[in-house]
Amino acid sequence: MSLDSKIPEGHISEKWTNHKDHLNLVAPNNRPKIDVIVVGTGLAGASAAASLGEMGYNVKAFCFQDSPRRAHSIAAQGGINAAKNYQNDGDSIYRLFYDTIKGGDYRAREANVHRLAEVSGNIIDQCVAQGVPFARDYGGLLDNRSFGGTQVQRTFYAAGQTGQQLLLGAYSALSRQIGLGRVEMFNRHEMLDLVKVDGKARGIIARNLITGEIERHSAHAVIIASGGYGNVYFLSTNAMGSNVTAAWKIHKQGAYFANPCYVQIHPTCIPVHGTNQSKLTLMSESLRNSGRIWVPKKKEDAEAIRAGKLKPTQIAEEDRDYYLERRYPAFGNLVPRDVASRAAKERCDAGYGIEANDTNEGVYLDFASEIKSKGRQTAYAQGNHHPTDEEVIKLGKQWVEEKYGNLFQMYEKITDENPYETPMKIYPAVHYTMGGVWVDYNLQSTIPGCFVAGEANFSDHGANRLGASALMQGLADGYFVLPYTVSNYLADEIRTGKIATNTPEFDEAEKRVKDSINFFLNNNGTKSVDHFHKALGNIMWNKVGMGRNEKGLSEAVEEIDALRKEFYKEVYVPGSADELNPELEKALRVADFMELGQLMAMDGLQRKESCGGHFREEYQDAEGETLRDDENFKFVGAWEYHGSDINKEVLHKEELNYEFIKIAARNYK
Amino acid sequence: MASSKFININLKIWRQKNAKEKGKIETYKLDNVSIESSFLEMLDQLNEQLVSERQEPVAFDHDCREGICGMCSLFINGRAHGPDTGITTCQLHMRMFKNNDTIYVEPWRSKAFPVIKDLVVDRTAFDRIQQAGGFVSVNTSGNTIDANATPVPKHDADRAFEAAACIGCGACVATCKNGSAMLFVGAKVSQYALLPQGKVEATQRVLNMVRQMDEEGFGNCTNTGACEVECPKGISLENIARMNREYLAASLK
Repeated sequence: MSLDSKIPEGHISEKWTNHKDHLNLVAPNNRPKIDVIVVGTGLAGASAAASLGEMGYNVKAFCFQDSPRRAHSIAAQGGINAAKNYQNDGDSIYRLFYDTIKGGDYRAREANVHRLAEVSGNIIDQCVAQGVPFARDYGGLLDNRSFGGTQVQRTFYAAGQTGQQLLLGAYSALSRQIGLGRVEMFNRHEMLDLVKVDGKARGIIARNLITGEIERHSAHAVIIASGGYGNVYFLSTNAMGSNVTAAWKIHKQGAYFANPCYVQIHPTCIPVHGTNQSKLTLMSESLRNSGRIWVPKKKEDAEAIRAGKLKPTQIAEEDRDYYLERRYPAFGNLVPRDVASRAAKERCDAGYGIEANDTNEGVYLDFASEIKSKGRQTAYAQGNHHPTDEEVIKLGKQWVEEKYGNLFQMYEKITDENPYETPMKIYPAVHYTMGGVWVDYNLQSTIPGCFVAGEANFSDHGANRLGASALMQGLADGYFVLPYTVSNYLADEIRTGKIATNTPEFDEAEKRVKDSINFFLNNNGTKSVDHFHKALGNIMWNKVGMGRNEKGLSEAVEEIDALRKEFYKEVYVPGSADELNPELEKALRVADFMELGQLMAMDGLQRKESCGGHFREEYQDAEGETLRDDENFKFVGAWEYHGSDINKEVLHKEELNYEFIKIAARNYK
Repeated sequence: MASSKFININLKIWRQKNAKEKGKIETYKLDNVSIESSFLEMLDQLNEQLVSERQEPVAFDHDCREGICGMCSLFINGRAHGPDTGITTCQLHMRMFKNNDTIYVEPWRSKAFPVIKDLVVDRTAFDRIQQAGGFVSVNTSGNTIDANATPVPKHDADRAFEAAACIGCGACVATCKNGSAMLFVGAKVSQYALLPQGKVEATQRVLNMVRQMDEEGFGNCTNTGACEVECPKGISLENIARMNREYLAASLK
C-alpha cells in the first residue's frame, strides 16, 4: 500500500479552510444512528468525545483509570502555546508554524503543523469559555511566558498545573455530554484489540478491569487517543499505567507505525535515586525562564560535591560553567529540549556531573540570580528604591513562589532539599514520544475508519517537540480537527445501520484476547512482569536513548528479541482472569512494549542521520550538533506489521516536502 | 541490616478479595526499604516480594506518581495520604518512617466509596456529581469570543484557580467523620461561581450538584475542618462557605 498523506492543494494558509469547506457532512437527524468509539480520555480523547457527543453521535469513551479526569495529560505542567500575540512581540500563525517545524528539526509535515498553528488561538478562546482559570495579570487579561525554541511569549499557563486545568476543562465538557446521555463512559476498561470488518475499523474488544469480563463494542469509527509509549523505557515521566497497547494493537491490525525512534528526553527531571525507583518526575520547562543551568568548571569541584564535601552555593561565580549560555548565546537556557538534554549528557559524560548516584548524572538548575533580579524589580515597583539584600531576597522568593510554587514544593517533597536555598539537581529523562501511529491529513490511519489523535499519532512534532505544544496538539486534534474529518468519513455510513457484534470478526478478536490472557495466567514462570519491564528499560535507555550508534542499536534489536522469548518462557502472573488483576494488566502491556522496543531500535538503525531527539553519534558536526541528511532521510518512516517476528516489519516512506519553509540547519546559537 | 539509608518495617494492610467478601488486616514484614523510596515504591517492593513467594500482590490505585492525577488513595496510620501535609500518598516518602515502625494501610473508608479490592475503592460518585452540573454549557465551536474580550480581575481568577486545583482524590471524604463531600463539591461550585463564564448557570449548577451529592450517600458538613487539613492541594474551607451562600441564594430564587 502506498502512503497517501491526502494533503490538500493550495497555499499553506488556505489548505485547511478549503479542505474543511469541502468535507462531507452528516445531517443532525442522521447522527444518532451512528456510533463512535473513543479510546483514551486525555486532552485529545476527552475533547474528541465531548465534541462528537455535542454533535449528536452516539459516543462510547474508554479509559483504564478510575475516572476520565485522571488521564496523564493532567500532569503537564508548563503551558500551552497559541499564536495570539497578546504580548505584541511579533508573534503570528506563521511564526508558530515556523518555530514548530524548525523545532522538529524539519521532520514534520508542513500542512499539519500550519493547521495546528491556525487553530491554536481557538483553543484558548474555547478553554476560557469553559471556565479554565488561566493565569492573568493585574489588568484582568491573560498572562504569557516563554518556552524553549522560541523568541516570543506565546505560552498560556495556570501556575505549574496547566495540563490539569485544560484536562479538567475537557473533562467538564465530557461530563456534560455523559450527563446528557450523549456519551457513554467506560471507566476502568482497557482496549485489548481492534475489530475489523471488510477492512474497516468496526469495534474493539475491551476488558472490564474490575470484573475481568471481556466485552465487545461495535462502532462505525474508532478513535485511538491513548497517549505515547515512553514507558517502554520503564523509567519515564509518564504515569505508571501509560502504555502503547491500544496503538500497538491497531498496528498489528494494519495501521502503520511511524518514526518510532523519535523520543523526547526532557532535560529537567529529578535524577534517579535508586533501583526501586518506579518513575521519574519532571520539573517543568517553564523553570528555564528563571533558572540557570550549570555544572562546576573544575572536575575537582564536581568530585567534591559528589563526595558531600562541597555545597553548590560555595562555588564562586567564576568557577561555574553555565554551559547552555556559553554554547547557545542566542537562546541560552531556553534552547529546545533535545539540545539541552544532550548538552547535560555531554558535561556529565566528561566527568562534571554533580549527583551522588551510580552514574553521577545530574546538573544544577539555579534560581539565585532570578530571585535577586525579581526581588529588586518588585521592591522598585513597590516604591522601595533602596532595598536591603534581605528585602530583595524575600521579595524575590515570593515572586518565584507565585510563579512556580507547586513545582518547588513537589521538588522539596521528593528530594528533601529546599530549592529556594540551594539549586535544584536535574537530569534528562524520557518524557514524550513524537513517533506514533501514521495518520494522513485527516488523522486517519492506514485502516479506514480508525483515527488516531494526540500523542498517539506521529503527525505534528517531527523529530523533537517544542515545549507547550503537546497540549496544543491534543486539543487541536480533539476539538477542531476530528469533528470535521470523522464526520466526513461517517457521511458514507448513514445507511450502514448498527454493527452487529455476534460475527466471526468479533469472535476472532475476542479469541486473540482470551488466548493471550490465558497464556499469561497459566505460564509456569518464576519472574515478575516488572523484572522484564526493567530489563527492557535498561536496554532501551542504554542503546536507544540519548546517544545511539550502529553497534548499540543492532545489539538492542537482538537483545530485545531474546528478552521477549525469555519473557514468554519465564514470566509469572498471579491471580485469575475474572477479577481486578494489576499484574495481568501489566503483563499484557509489557508484551506490547517488547515488540515496540525492538521496532524502535530497528527504526533508529535505518535512520542514518541525526535529527531532533534521534542522535546518532556517527552523524554529528565538529561542535557535537545533530547532522541531518536531507538528501536521503527527509521522509517519515512508517512500518508495516508482518507477523510476530518484528524483524520482518516493512518500512514505507512518506517523502516530506517543504514548500513554504526553507529547510536549513537548525541553529540556536 | 538496616543502615541509615535503609529501614525494616512491619505492614498491617487491609486485604479484601472483592466488594462482596469480608476483608481483614494482614501482616507483612518488609526489609531493606530505601528511605529515598516513595510510599508506593515501598508497596511495589512488597508486591515483588509477594509475587516471588507466589502470593497475591496487594491491589492499590496509583498512576501519575507525582501528586496530580488524584488516583492514589491510602489511609496510612489513620491519616488520609499519611503522616505529612500538602501531599498525596505517592509523594509520601519513606524517610517519614523509622526503622522497625509498624505501618497501618487501609483503603478510603466511606459509604459512598465502596471497596473494589484490597485498597482500591470506587469513587465514581465524584464523576456523577460533576456530570450533574460541573461544567459551563458551551459547545465546541472555535468561534467563542476572543479569550481577552472579558477581563477577569486577577483576584477572582486566582481564587478560581485555587479551587480548581482539586485533584478529586477523595481524601476530604475519607477523613471526614460524616463522610461529607462538601469540600470537593464546594471547590467545583466556587471555581465557576468566581468566573464570569460560570455565572450564567450558577443557580442550576449548585442545586444540581448538591442534589446529586446527597443522592450518592455523602454525609453533611459539621464544620470540623478535617478535610481542609488533609487536602493535598490545600483547598480552603471558604469554598464550602461559598457553596452554602450560592445554594441559599439559588434556593430562594
